[in-house]
Parts: sequence; C-alpha cells; structure tokens
Amino acid sequence: MLSRYLLRFGALGYLALLLLIPLGMVFYRAFEHGFAPAWDAITSPEAVHALWLTVLVALIAVPLNTVFGVVCALLIVRGHIRGKGILNALVDLPLALSPVVVGLALLLLYGRTGWLGPWLDDHGVQVVFALPGLVLATIFVSLPFVVREVVPVLREIGTEQEQAASTLGASALQIFRRVTLPAIRWGVVYGVVLTTARCLGEFGAVSVISGHIAGKTETLTQYVQAQYDGFNVPGAYAASVVLALLSVVTLVAMTAFRRKEEI
Amino acid sequence: MGIAVQGISKQFGAFAALEDVSIEVEGGSLSALLGPSGSGKSTLLRVIAGLERPDSGRVLLDGKDVTAIAPQRRGVGFVFQHYAAFRHMTVYENVAFGLRIRKRPRAEIKKRVDELLQLVQLEAFAKRYPAQLSGGQRQRMGLARALAVDPAVLLLDEPFGALDARVRKELRIWLRRLHDETHTTTLIVTHDQEEAMDVADQIVLMNHGRVEQTGNPRELYEDPANEFVMGFVGPVNRIGESYIRPHDFELQLHPNGDSTEAMVERLVHLGFEVRVELVRGDGEQLSVQISRDEAHELELERGQIVYVRPLRERTFAED
Repeated sequence: MLSRYLLRFGALGYLALLLLIPLGMVFYRAFEHGFAPAWDAITSPEAVHALWLTVLVALIAVPLNTVFGVVCALLIVRGHIRGKGILNALVDLPLALSPVVVGLALLLLYGRTGWLGPWLDDHGVQVVFALPGLVLATIFVSLPFVVREVVPVLREIGTEQEQAASTLGASALQIFRRVTLPAIRWGVVYGVVLTTARCLGEFGAVSVISGHIAGKTETLTQYVQAQYDGFNVPGAYAASVVLALLSVVTLVAMTAFRRKEEI
Repeated sequence: MGIAVQGISKQFGAFAALEDVSIEVEGGSLSALLGPSGSGKSTLLRVIAGLERPDSGRVLLDGKDVTAIAPQRRGVGFVFQHYAAFRHMTVYENVAFGLRIRKRPRAEIKKRVDELLQLVQLEAFAKRYPAQLSGGQRQRMGLARALAVDPAVLLLDEPFGALDARVRKELRIWLRRLHDETHTTTLIVTHDQEEAMDVADQIVLMNHGRVEQTGNPRELYEDPANEFVMGFVGPVNRIGESYIRPHDFELQLHPNGDSTEAMVERLVHLGFEVRVELVRGDGEQLSVQISRDEAHELELERGQIVYVRPLRERTFAED
C-alpha cells in the first residue's frame, strides 16, 4: 500500500517539478501586471501575424501529412513493394534527427547557394525565408506521427474485413472508404492531433529557415523568443500562454477521442 | 452453377500449398473440402474466390474461365472462419453492404435485408453491432451478408471452426436445410470429418496439397482409396498389412477357428455403443466397437480374456 502511494506521489511530483510548476510560472508571469499588458502584447500586429502564420503553416502541413501518413501506413502494412523496410525506417528519421539539422539541410538545398535555390530563384519561387520553407520544415518534423499511429491499427484489424468487402463487390476505393478508413479512424485522429501539436510547437527547423523577419516569417514560437531577447518579458510570457493554450486544446481533443475509442 | 478447378498449383515460398489440384463441384450441390490443417483446402477455397492467385491452373465457374477475374466480379459469397464482420457497422448495415455497393434502391435493400435477417433469425438484432453478438450469431450474420447479393456460389471457410460443439452441430443442420431450400452451389472447408459427412453430398479429401479421394460420404468410408483416407474418415486398427474398422470385429468368449486371444483393458460406454480397448498377447492394441446389448450379453469386464476375429478387413497396395 505504502509503496503504491510513494510511487504515485513520486510520479506526480516528478511531473509537477518538470511540467506543471514551470508552466504555471509562465501563466503567473504573463498576468503578473494585470490582464491589459498581456492583451496588448498578444494583439500587437507582429504577434497576430505570428499566430496566423503558425496556424496557416499547420493548416497546410497537417492535411498533407495526414494523407501521406495514411498512404504510407497502407504501403508499409498492406503493400507488396520492395524496400518496405527502408520506407518504415525512413519514416522515423524526423524523430531521430535534430530539427536544427533538418533546417540546415533545407537551407543547403533551397538556399541562395544551395542545389535547387538558384534555379527556383530564377523562376520566381522563394523557399528559404518564406512560407514554403516554413511549411517544408514543419512537414518534415511532423511526418511520422500519423504513420506511427495508423500502422499498428492497420495490423490489428487484419485483412479479412477488406477481403469480405471485395467478395461483396466493393472496388479498392470503396473498400478503403467504407471499410478500412472507418476501422482506422481513431488512429488517424490521434495521429492528426499529435501532428498538429508538433506543427504548432516546432521551433528548431523553422528557426533556421525562416530568417526571423518580424511580421513576415516569424511564427509564434519564434515570436516568443524574439520578445524574450528584446527584453519584452511580459510579451514573451503572454505569447507563451497562447501557445500553451493551443497545446491544451489539442491535448483535450486527444483525450476526448481516446476516451471515445475505449468505449 | 458448377465449379471446376483444373491443375491448380500454389506455392508460398518453399511450401507447396497446392500441387496440381483438379476438382469438379456439381452445380446446386453441397460439397466439402476436407483435410487436416496444412492440407491446402483453405487455400483452394481462396483461389476459387479469387482472394489468392494460383501459380498455374484454371478456375471455371459455370464453365467460364475466371482465373484472371477479380473477386469483386466472380459472383461468389464468402464466409470466413473468424466472421470478418464489419465492426463499425450494425448487423443491418453488414448485411446490406453488398446491395449498397450495387446501388440498389433503398426499399429493395430493406426488403431483402429484412428477409435475410429473418432467415438467419437475427431480426431482433438488426441495430446491434457485431461486438454485441455471440459467435454463432456473428456467423449467421456473415452468412446473411454473403447471401444478400445472390451469389452463384457460396464458399465457407471453416465457418463453424471457432464455435463450441453444440452451436456447431445446430448451425450445420441449419446450413443443410438452408441449402435444400436455396440450392445454391455450396463448398464448405472443414477439418472435421464428422461435419463433412453430416452436411455434404460430396467430399473432396485433401492432404499435403493434393486430392486424396473424391466421393460421397459413403464411398469414402466404405471404399477408401488409400490408408490416409481410411484413417481420416474414421477410426481404424492396423494389424500387419490389414486395416480394420473397430465395428468390423467379432468378440467371443471362446476360441473359434482363426480368432486371436486378447485381454480387455478398458471399457468405454458411448451410449448406444461400447468401445472395448483390447491388448493382444503380442502387446498389440486393438479398439473394438460393439453394441451395448452385445457387451451386456458377453458380460465383459476389465482383465477378462476374449477372442477377437476380424469380419471385414482391407489392404492397400504399396505405392
């Protein structure tokens, strides 16, 4: 009995020390001087733009990674292709690689002196220090989540339901839409939530490739850092609160879905 | 609509699941693919359905070569051992699936599904999900789902294999009645010889990816082609080169011509019959089945000496 309480206390204490207390401090400091300065800080044009840019990048990256993730999971589990193992391993690369390296790699490829940069420049496409670069970096770092959530679910449901549907006359597309997709839906949803959280919170890769142009290529995470570096500490905290709230919303959504799945 | 399989071979890696298999299933009949696990019977059924692609050979449905045709367009109904129920759909939606795919009018779908649910006695469960059904109910739903699209051929892969003995028996009697009403050409895969004999007009007995014998239950039992068939379709004693069924012995209390002496080791009461486990002087064991009345007359008991004589025996030429 005692050891169980100790264990529970230890786990909660650990979480409190590492997560809850620091996060609480952020909230406390943001509203230390009242609500007005915090509100001013997050309604400044730069802050609003940063928030919008963050959401926009997520709105592009999440659907793309969802489609890619589901297709990729289908290939890994159901595909009869060579190099499935390599594909499976490559999907995990973004988890293993530091985001800063990802940013640098994109810079080397698409930058002014990079392989593709000059050619794209000639054709009027700017990737680095612009929206496409931010989207690419974000897609890269948030790539594995949908795949990793959907693969085990696909394995678990097996192929019999799909075979049954095929003997009943359903085409490949009908099987996917009416049988496979409904069966994996909670895995997809869970993956989407994780992908969204990762997209909103991404800092390293985006930081390298964005160029930190306030009001132009600055996402919310970078805005927080810029405010902090510029000694606008309340502004930094206030923006952090916005980020934290976005995370809380995704977390609540995730828990809600998870609970539904258990029923 | 008949099924013909001609020279089908199928290899899984180094394992030959089917080797040059040819079978013929008469239209309107109920036939069984019988064999031990790993004999290739399920693979053959899946080849007929188009779920597995053979390495060589042809599948003909109603005389038409369908080897290259996708399962969607073969017009077969398939019932899976583990039901393959669409878990996110209700019983009604499961049964309606094939009709919805065929874009039939709503009213027609409803009429047909209600009819089938009544046939499989699941009217009261239309709004339930598969997870809320028992195994037997799920399999009846699987059957209704397969029958909904009026398949020319009904294929069942160990349909009762996951059910308990009582439900199995009920369902197979029910399946036989259903077949007698609809006369849909039906092929059922089973490893249970009793089930095959009970339900099928014709049995194809398979072993190691080959057909050992095809015939009606009586032919297989009375006139087995080889010792594998003899041993698979019923219990058998082997004495030297002879194979003798347990009920093909005569038991006597006194020596009589060519009878052999043996000791009663165990008596097993099976209801109408009694199985007598004997051990001969040379240590050879025999299993003999006699009627309850005969056992009573002989007043058999453990340790008693009896004289046993085969009435009918069978030998097979060495291949």
